[in-house]
Amino acid sequence: MSVTVYIPCDSSAVSIGADRVANAVAQEAKNRGIEINVVRNGSRGLYWLEPMVEVATDKGRIAYGAVKTGDVASLFDADFLNGGAHTLNLGLTEEIPYLKKQQRLTFARVGITDPVSVEDYVAHDGYSGLKNALSYSQADVVKHVSDSGLRGRGGAAFPTGIKWNTVLNTQADQKYIICNADEGDSGTFSDRMIMEGDPLVLIEGMTIAGIAVGATQGYIYLRIEYPHAYEILNKAIENATAAGYLGENIQGSGKTFHLEVRQGAGAYVCGEETALMESLEGKRGLVRFKPPLPAISGLFGKPTVVNNVISLASVPIILDKGGEFYRDFGMGRSRGTLPLQLAGNLKHTGLVELAFGATLREVLYDFGGGSATGKPIRAVQVGGPLGSYLPESQFDTPLDYEAFAEIWAVLGHGGIVAFDETVDLAQMAKYSMEFCVEESCGKCTPCRIGSTRGYEVMDEIVAKRDLDKNIPLLRSLCDTMLNGSLCAMGGMTPYPVLSALNHFPEDFGIEAA
Amino acid sequence: MMQTVQTIVADLKDKPGALLPILHAIQNTLGYVPPEIVPTIAKALNLSRAEIHGVISFYHYFRDHAPGKKTVRICRAESCLAMSGKDLENHAKAKLGIDYHETTADGKFSLEPVYCLGNCACSPAIQIDNDVYGRVSNTDFDEILKEHSA
Repeated sequence: MSVTVYIPCDSSAVSIGADRVANAVAQEAKNRGIEINVVRNGSRGLYWLEPMVEVATDKGRIAYGAVKTGDVASLFDADFLNGGAHTLNLGLTEEIPYLKKQQRLTFARVGITDPVSVEDYVAHDGYSGLKNALSYSQADVVKHVSDSGLRGRGGAAFPTGIKWNTVLNTQADQKYIICNADEGDSGTFSDRMIMEGDPLVLIEGMTIAGIAVGATQGYIYLRIEYPHAYEILNKAIENATAAGYLGENIQGSGKTFHLEVRQGAGAYVCGEETALMESLEGKRGLVRFKPPLPAISGLFGKPTVVNNVISLASVPIILDKGGEFYRDFGMGRSRGTLPLQLAGNLKHTGLVELAFGATLREVLYDFGGGSATGKPIRAVQVGGPLGSYLPESQFDTPLDYEAFAEIWAVLGHGGIVAFDETVDLAQMAKYSMEFCVEESCGKCTPCRIGSTRGYEVMDEIVAKRDLDKNIPLLRSLCDTMLNGSLCAMGGMTPYPVLSALNHFPEDFGIEAA
Repeated sequence: MMQTVQTIVADLKDKPGALLPILHAIQNTLGYVPPEIVPTIAKALNLSRAEIHGVISFYHYFRDHAPGKKTVRICRAESCLAMSGKDLENHAKAKLGIDYHETTADGKFSLEPVYCLGNCACSPAIQIDNDVYGRVSNTDFDEILKEHSA
């Protein structure tokens, strides 16, 4: 029997050579007359070890990494197909501490299965959640999600069960499920990893959502920057449909759910749910006034559930093991797990799924291994481009929505970007304003004009001109944006700007207040 | 060209929210969305030309003029900035001899900024057409460019 070799198809792994390694492995095997079965899996999320090659052995899967094409011949010489010794041998994948210390619920299958194989998915507990959901009443499905304590993983942390319940109880001839896959936050890639590494868990989650609230049509609004995810999602949808898990009469239940992937076009603001719906309707991505809530009048004026990829991908395990199982992870009002993404200047960047409650310091050092450059970590931005910069004195904050809110920071979508001591926070604050200029939808004045004025003021501040006039002006402007903007775009741009100013005043040429 | 556009429009116009799928299909085929086809789309969707133009100009991804043979996108977001992304950006501009939104004189490359490629665990990152590259040093950039010049 031929040996199975796993080499990720994840676009980040490919960006550092996974395709070339896969070709080299296949070629070398052919040259040596050895028959192997190469599976292109998702990434385990240990990116400093990518491209990571795994081999299935009697003892379990054994990992080698980071593998370059030049290493391939020596791997064969070392009999890696039987787990042979080699400098790149990492031992049993599951025993690698970075992975072993995690609590992978949403990411349980990522990196393990063939992403588009329904058979593989089902063999690894896939579709058990849907099976249960089909045997429950709609209200009971929603109740499991409510009981789980799941809150929107896109960043706003709104209770998912409440959203679903509103849509369930709103009468309409048509309802929709939208998956917000416009993962535009810098430092985040968990949505991408799910869509490329285990797309079927997202499809299952959306199907369960559709059945729960009575929606027959779903859309995945995917950012254009993710062309690999687009291909993989479409392949997975095709396979799920062929296997009777999508379309009419799902698994003989009489229930219907259709799913389509739609691509965005490079507008960050379309990650805001109402702008997203405008975009799906074929319009400019302008933010809508609320109310009405999307749950009552959303896409094409119909009741619509809009959830982030990770929220929806967490639903299958909740329905499989029950709301209480999921709720037992976490702390305070933050229940379950959060897939954290370690990015920027860290030695061990990657995906770390943990129950809420670990401290930022644990994540940065125990998992992240400190900075990649070896210099001290000076600042960390958590929660994307609209998240606050945290100084070292706040690293002991537990990763919990409320604990972060208390220090005027956000967890957002779980992106963690570390900077070493070479960072200039005044430049970063200027960049935040520039980003808002680029990405503002233009509907409300505080965001549209405020960001432009903010960029100009930051330009003055960076040049150290009239600081006693410009710093108060910046604060006043941020106050207007914070309180007067229509959505989080303008409303949260002050988070990175003011946190940089408050925690790193020396970079702005002033002394601590 | 008109024939191509008309076929695309006819195929997609009955989808709910058809405009973005139509624009994507046109840009995928022609490389850009020519201003002269705006009336055709407007007529098919029963919208004004201004509405169509408004959508095209709203989204960074759609362009109204022919790009270079390949488009180089440099990530400008925070994670890449934390890993010398600014140096890479400067190097890329100098190497290509152009600024953002411009095309090299030989028509080979256009340069665009991008705000996150989701490759933040391998910063700094760039994208050439659909190919993503991670941990790109200035030397790597030159080599990647050479591969794509062939």
